[in-house]
Amino acid sequence: MVSPNPPETSGGASASAAPRSIKDVVIRLAGNSQDGIQAIGGFLARLAGRSDQDVMTYMTIPSTISGGPSIFQVRMGTGDILSAGDRADMLVAFYQHSYDAHIGSLRPGGVLLYDADHVKPVEGDHRFTNVACPITTGTIEAVGGTAKDKGKNIYVLGLIARIFDLEVAKLTQLIRERFGGKNEDIVRNALLAFDAGYAWPQNNLRDLFYRFEAIDRATAVSGRPQVTLDGNSAIAYGFLAAGVRHGAGYPITPWSSIMETLRTELPKYGGVFVQCEDEIASISTALGFSYTGNVAITGSAGPGLSLKMEALSWATMAEMPIVVVNVQRGGPSTGMPTNVEQSDLMQAIYGSHGDTPRVVLAPKNVEDCFYLAMEAVRIARAYSTPVLLLTDQALSSRIEAFDEPDLKALMVPPGPDRTERPADFKPYPLDRQTRHAPAGTRIASGKYPVVTGLEHDEFGHPTGSPKLHAQMNAKRREKIKALAATLPAPELSGDASGEALIVTWGSNYGPAREALERIRAAGVSAGHLHIRHVHPLPPGLDEVLARYRKVVVAELNDEGVYGFGQFATLLRARYALPSIVSTCKTDGLTFKVSELVAGVARHLGNATLESLVSQARPSPLATR
Amino acid sequence: MSTAVATPPPPAGAPLTKKVLTADHPTWCPGCGDFAVLASFYRVLEKLQYPHEKIVTFAGIGCSSRFPYFVNTHGGHFIHGRALPFAAGISLGGDDLHVFVFGGDGDGFSIGGNHLTHTARKNVRITYVIMDNSVYGLTKKQTSPTSPIGFKSKTDPWGALDQPINPMRTLLNSGATFVARSHATQVNHMTEMMLRAARHDGFSVVEILSECVEFFEGAFDAAIPRKGGHWVLIDEKKNDGSPEDAARHDVSDELAAFQLAGQAWPGKFGVFYENKTRRTKNALEAELIAKTREKTKGATDLALLQATFAKLR
Repeated sequence: MVSPNPPETSGGASASAAPRSIKDVVIRLAGNSQDGIQAIGGFLARLAGRSDQDVMTYMTIPSTISGGPSIFQVRMGTGDILSAGDRADMLVAFYQHSYDAHIGSLRPGGVLLYDADHVKPVEGDHRFTNVACPITTGTIEAVGGTAKDKGKNIYVLGLIARIFDLEVAKLTQLIRERFGGKNEDIVRNALLAFDAGYAWPQNNLRDLFYRFEAIDRATAVSGRPQVTLDGNSAIAYGFLAAGVRHGAGYPITPWSSIMETLRTELPKYGGVFVQCEDEIASISTALGFSYTGNVAITGSAGPGLSLKMEALSWATMAEMPIVVVNVQRGGPSTGMPTNVEQSDLMQAIYGSHGDTPRVVLAPKNVEDCFYLAMEAVRIARAYSTPVLLLTDQALSSRIEAFDEPDLKALMVPPGPDRTERPADFKPYPLDRQTRHAPAGTRIASGKYPVVTGLEHDEFGHPTGSPKLHAQMNAKRREKIKALAATLPAPELSGDASGEALIVTWGSNYGPAREALERIRAAGVSAGHLHIRHVHPLPPGLDEVLARYRKVVVAELNDEGVYGFGQFATLLRARYALPSIVSTCKTDGLTFKVSELVAGVARHLGNATLESLVSQARPSPLATR
Repeated sequence: MSTAVATPPPPAGAPLTKKVLTADHPTWCPGCGDFAVLASFYRVLEKLQYPHEKIVTFAGIGCSSRFPYFVNTHGGHFIHGRALPFAAGISLGGDDLHVFVFGGDGDGFSIGGNHLTHTARKNVRITYVIMDNSVYGLTKKQTSPTSPIGFKSKTDPWGALDQPINPMRTLLNSGATFVARSHATQVNHMTEMMLRAARHDGFSVVEILSECVEFFEGAFDAAIPRKGGHWVLIDEKKNDGSPEDAARHDVSDELAAFQLAGQAWPGKFGVFYENKTRRTKNALEAELIAKTREKTKGATDLALLQATFAKLR
């Protein structure tokens, strides 16, 4: 079978033509959620992790319960991959609706690979290299029996492996590992489907063969093996490494997989994770664990975080350590549960009643999910305070490859400190850091403490004293300021001063770094500042922000009544700089690099930069 | 107000006496039923003689929920209605601890109603004492979930309209494995009920009718003989083979407990139900850990996490 729209210039004419070298590629797979296209992405991600390529995936799962459209986008290539890629170089369309919905995401010169059994592309559209492959019949013929078209995903994996010259031995090994636990027939069928898909391009494609550039060995890396996982898993494992052995939660998208992982893993470590009746019970149970000296975690998405706010306020007042994960999704209310947004920042920092200074951290990528989860637990313990870990839907399901953490050096021992407290023990000393005596601890004085949400004296007894209330408020504030003073300077990339500084927090890190490269390549002096410790802010930022003509804060939330996003509003309040401006959006998707470049161009009034964005960048897959 | 008094601390292992267990002076109104509950609780702890540091007294919000300030043990005062899930965390996080939760009818049956159901369902090892006064006292006389129809409050000046909760039925239905009822004017009975509840392995609840003299005077007179009421105890089965034993209440009989719960006001007092066979969540989680660790052959935490990451390569 031959491509119905053969490339106009038929280069090598034979499959044995030397593959063309590319740096990276963005492949979008579009089908239905039961087709297992996430599995293809998973295999490619794992393969890249075991090879020299880096990988980042982008996944959408429809909020419908079963069935319905689903896509998976994977970007793989040589060296650092920072973002999921604005547009696809290859679209694999399983159905007509996949083609209709996603053909617009394909870059000019890109490859449309479609299932000829289900898809009819628009006739006369010569923007792309169209490849018609009988994916369904090819799979059925290869596997045979009663499996029908199950295995289409593995067939497509074979196609991709051939086209991009991927390591077959490693991929088939991954297939064996993935299906090995099931019966032998399933492994055999999967390998049959893979082989059939792998064989198809040889006889049916002419010059659509590529190979990734070899990595520069000198710039690679730690010597530790690469691991491949999603952000939610990285958070769960970060908690395990930090010595967390207790937690409680209630299911909500996209937080649930963290609680599922911990519920399954914790018994191995002698720990307990409780599935509670609701969000309030979850944070209450977690606080109960913390009270016994076992610092605990809970989590949710935006709606659940709102429900936890009263108990969070108690945790500030009672000075009880706890870590609360909030996997942000589109709001307000139920909003867009399977889309990304960063609109819970103000809620995370200020959501409770009363003055509740607390700590908010936001991971920048999947690897950072692991390390900031550990950092959150460390801070909660050290400052006896609630810490919020503000991640998002994009990070939760995105798969990235990174250096395996050095667990031997990182692991923190769990367990409460029940050593007897001296006779002068006070739970709430005004002049020192609160250190609770966990329930079960002997107090030498024989006087036992009460942890409380009422304003209290140094022993935890209720007080109506105006003076004590002011002193205790100051104490709770000053300990957060003391933490701020210890925070490391945030990562600053690009020019140390200049026209524009892009400021980001959370998962916008990658696209902003790529945008910075493009802006500087266009001759504009610019920097990028990424903030992981969102509240309290690290010291010294005023001096950094002042060095740029415009400070463009890019975040995935609405510009609000006054024209500034939530983080920009905070920065303006804190640093009082009129140069701080906002680039916001709420379309439920992560920032495209081009959107960030456009945002900066608009604020600088730089027409050259703006025109750069509108130029269509042809795909590296384009035939010459 | 400080308790950093100059009295010498009791030596380790000294018996727990009321003197040792007494903390702040209660803030309750004179004549409040809760004083008697507190006095009974001191007696319970004197009888149990748990290690002092292993006792936890916990509460939510309400008049009765001030309890932990008046008992010198580890303790806490949480938010309204949520003391039970917090206590579940204490119990499951420290299996050697003896966790007592005190609260009122608003805390337990209204704002915390769902938590009561689910803590009971999970059968977490906690003893929960509900001091039911059938009115919101701390906020000065609003209708509570156990206020009888016709009770005149600031939110129902013409008399309460809504059907009140039947606490015994609610507790039985939730799956609590020990359910008892007492009265704040009956110190010996209260002490006995709380003692049996504390010794029960599982989620045990004692509802104590405790009069609010300020906002619902005479609420429980129907069970006070000196005020013309009837104090009727549940006649528990003794399993002595006597003919009269057949008519006595079998505390393991859930249906009989429901029937007792349906009796006309003021009903009977004592243990309605006790289930000694259902396992606690504490035990089930411990067993899950033991079984899981058998499979992993007691690997260290480091080895376990390293193995997890090795699979992600």
